[in-house]
Order: sequence, then structure tokens, then C-alpha cells
Amino acid sequence: MPTLHWEGQSLAVAPGQTALDALLGAGVSIPHSCRAGACQSCLLQATAGEIPPSSQQGLKPALIAQGYLLACLCRPEADLHLTAPGPGARVPALITKLTWLSDSVLQVHLTTSESLDHRPGQYLTLLRDDGLARSYSIAGQEIELHVRRIPGGAMSNWLADVEPGTPVTLQGPAGDCFYTPGDPHQPLLLAGAGTGLAPLYGILRDALRRDHQGPIWLYHGALNESGLYLTAELEALAATYPNFQYRPTLFHRDGPLPEVLSAAHPKLAGWRGFVCGDPQIVNILKKRLFLAGMASRAISADAFLPSTLK
Amino acid sequence: MPTLYEQLGGSPAVEAAVDLFYRKVLTDPRISDFFEGVDMDIQISKQKAFLTMVFGGPVAYSGQDLRRGHAHLVARGLNDSHFDAVIEHLGASLAELGVAPALIGEVAALAETTRADVLGK
Ligand SMILES: Cc1cc2nc3c(=O)[nH]c(=O)nc-3n(C[C@H](O)[C@H](O)[C@H](O)COP(=O)(O)OP(=O)(O)OC[C@H]3O[C@@H](n4cnc5c(N)ncnc54)[C@H](O)[C@@H]3O)c2cc1C
Ligand code: FES
Repeated sequence: MPTLHWEGQSLAVAPGQTALDALLGAGVSIPHSCRAGACQSCLLQATAGEIPPSSQQGLKPALIAQGYLLACLCRPEADLHLTAPGPGARVPALITKLTWLSDSVLQVHLTTSESLDHRPGQYLTLLRDDGLARSYSIAGQEIELHVRRIPGGAMSNWLADVEPGTPVTLQGPAGDCFYTPGDPHQPLLLAGAGTGLAPLYGILRDALRRDHQGPIWLYHGALNESGLYLTAELEALAATYPNFQYRPTLFHRDGPLPEVLSAAHPKLAGWRGFVCGDPQIVNILKKRLFLAGMASRAISADAFLPSTLK
Repeated sequence: MPTLYEQLGGSPAVEAAVDLFYRKVLTDPRISDFFEGVDMDIQISKQKAFLTMVFGGPVAYSGQDLRRGHAHLVARGLNDSHFDAVIEHLGASLAELGVAPALIGEVAALAETTRADVLGK
């Protein structure tokens, strides 16, 4: 059995067991949430031993080069020495402002002393001082998050009650859901539901700021009016930029978002797409865009995988 | 003499063929059910590996892997008719990309060698 070394402790890892499960099982507190490689909150650094390549999927090359890995994807096959992420991977931050954008969506502004070097649309992991970790997409040039309050949710309810000035730690940024300059005339399709708007709002404003000339369509899906937010801001942008079309899409009024999209955009060859939000809708939308002719490599998606216990 | 993989255009050709091929597979009611609910990115990377193999390129998996990877589909009724449909889409995708019929024949013959493993025979 391979042995896991952690701060002087040696743990036996059962065949097929993840490093995350082995460490949690031994009572070590390791930040984690999705347990599926999507949120990157379980980032650890290997200082010696053999890193299973599959445990580095989705990590930036710079992190891979420094031996970082995702503990929830890491099934050690040989001895491995692990340690918590170093200062290069985490930065201290302060919550500066909290604003309700709707009944259930809280806008959280943060500042860091060191620059985070993010692109709007990427995500980061927010760590509370007790190690609770959840990932959120970045909605702009500044560090702005849109957090949906989940009944019984640990992080979202804590944020709803927290005071400005509270310190937290940020890890990341990560992900490739962001605007890439270089093709200013390419049509862009941005689609998401709920707080899936957060990264899309970041990408939209980044594209406009960088003078994107091609058409930009933003579809924000919600069950009904109360699920929409930032409507005034988006309508103002649409009034200012003739190439930007804002389409709030209400299930009860317009029908399911994928059907609305398919009807409005039956042919998407040559387009670039961004889809974000709950995993189910993201998977359906990704497939729709692809079947309408969008190249698979032109589709960037972030599925907001929830936390799981096992 | 360049290999079949090189004649077809190597990795960029696989990239171009995968989207065309996977789109056909997903929209064919004879076989699309087998792909329902699977993650698109994972499927696309699998299709890439499959096309690389039938192009005669560097192979990343074995007959045993193919058997294991399709066992759950065989249990759901995957049979020769579905395999034939996939080969048909492969040929049509390559033809759309302007690949010569003789080369398409070679690709189909290579794909044919996986039939027993895919169908768990
Ligand atoms: C890459 C990435 C980006 C993300 N970006 C955002 C973002 O921009 N805005 C945002 O609001 N969230 C985002 N999330 C989700 C976020 O990380 C948390 O999962 C969410 O805020 C809930 O955390 P919590 O601690 O409040 O609830 P938890 O304590 O984690 O959850 C409480 C219970 O509710 C369940 N649950 C939580 N969310 C859901 C759900 N959507 N559907 C079904 N069950 C659920 C959990 O499984 C758990 O049983 C993102 C997730 C990922 C992976
Ligand atoms: S990536 Fe490991 S817990 Fe989310």
C-alpha cells in the first residue's frame, strides 16, 4: 500500500482511495467541496513522490510545474509527500462590500493586497478561516462575486450575515471561461441561469472594454422575474452598445432556455460560446451549441458543481 | 512511406474529424441514446482517442480497455447494427473532409478490428 506523508504523519492509502479521503479519514482538515475536480478547493502541493497525472487535470501549467494537484482526484500509486498550498497559491483578502442584487443573490466585493491576476469569468476559491471552502466566479475586473443563498448552505449563509472588513483567503484564479482577444468580429453567445450570470457578466464587460466588434448575445435564464438580477445594468449596456443583445429568458413566459436558444440561433458555426451555472443546464446548453455547429473547442463552460459529502 | 495517420493529416485532422463525427453520432436516433447524459468533454476526448487509433496513430488504449469501456453499453443492447452506424458516420465525416476513398477504406478496416472488443464478443 502506498504511504501518504503529511506534516510528519504517515498514512496508508487503500487501493483506489483518494488522498482527500485518506487525509479527511485521518482527521486532517483539508478544504474541499465538489470532490469531482471542478472547484479546485482541494489544491495541495506534492513535495516528493509520484504525482498521478490525472490529479492535475485543469490546473494551470505554472501550478503543475510546482507539483500542485487536486486531492479529490489523486489516487496515489506510490508514496507521496503532500503539503498545504504555499503563499504563491493563496492570498489574504478582505470582504469590502456586500449588496443584495435580488432576494437571493448577494454581491460580494473583495480586495487583496497583492494583485490576483485574474480574468473576468474565471473562478476562485474562497476560504473561511476555519477551512470551509467554496468556489465562485469572478464577475468583473475587480473581485466581485455573485453568491446565491442556498437554504442550509454553509458558505452562502455565512456570507449573507458577515460584516464588511471580515478577512478571508482566496485561492486561484482558475478556469478558462474568459474572453480571449484576437478575433474582434467573432459572434459571441453567452448563456446561463441563476448566478451563472456572474462569469458571463464579467466576460461581457471584458469583451466590451476590449472593443469587441462582433455581435454579443447574452441569455440569462430564470424561472420567473424574481430570478433575474442586474437587469437595469444590462439594459443600459444594451442601449449603449449596438452590438450587444440582452435576453432575459423566463421559463414561465418564454419556455426552457435551451429551446429558446435553439429557435433563435439554429446555426452557430464560427461562433464562440460561454455557458455557466448549474451542471444540468450547462450540460444541456453545451450540447445544444455544439449540435448547432459551434466547434467543441469554441465552447467554454463552467458547471457550478455543489459540495458533496461523499 | 508516410503512415496512414500522417497521410490523413495527423492530430489536426483528428481534431477536424472529431466534431463532424461526434455531431453525426449524437443526432442519429439509432445510436444517440447510448450517448445520453454523458459529459460532452469526456466524450470528445474519447472520440479523439478512437479516431487517432483508427487513423493508425499512436494508440493510448488496448482491446481490454475497449471491452471494459463498452461493457455497460453492451448490457444496454449495443450490437452490430449500432457499430455499423458508427462506421458509416466515420466514413461520411472523412468524405466531407475530402479524404480519398482508398484512405477511408483503410480507416474503416482499422475500425473493423475493434468490433469484437467493443461488442464484447
Ligand atoms: C467552478 C465553480 C464556480 C462556481 N461559481 C459560483 C458562483 O459564481 N455563484 C454561486 O452562487 N455559486 C457558485 N458555485 C457554487 C458554490 O461553489 C457553492 O457550491 C454554493 O455557493 C453553495 O455553497 P454553500 O456552502 O452555501 O452550500 P453547501 O453547504 O455546500 O450546500 C448545502 C446543501 O445544498 C446542496 N446544494 C448546494 N448547491 C446546490 C445546487 N445548486 N443544486 C442542488 N443542491 C445544492 C449541497 O449538496 C448540500 O447538500 C460555483 C461552483 C463551482 C464548482
Ligand atoms: S476539485 Fe477537489 S473538491 Fe472540488
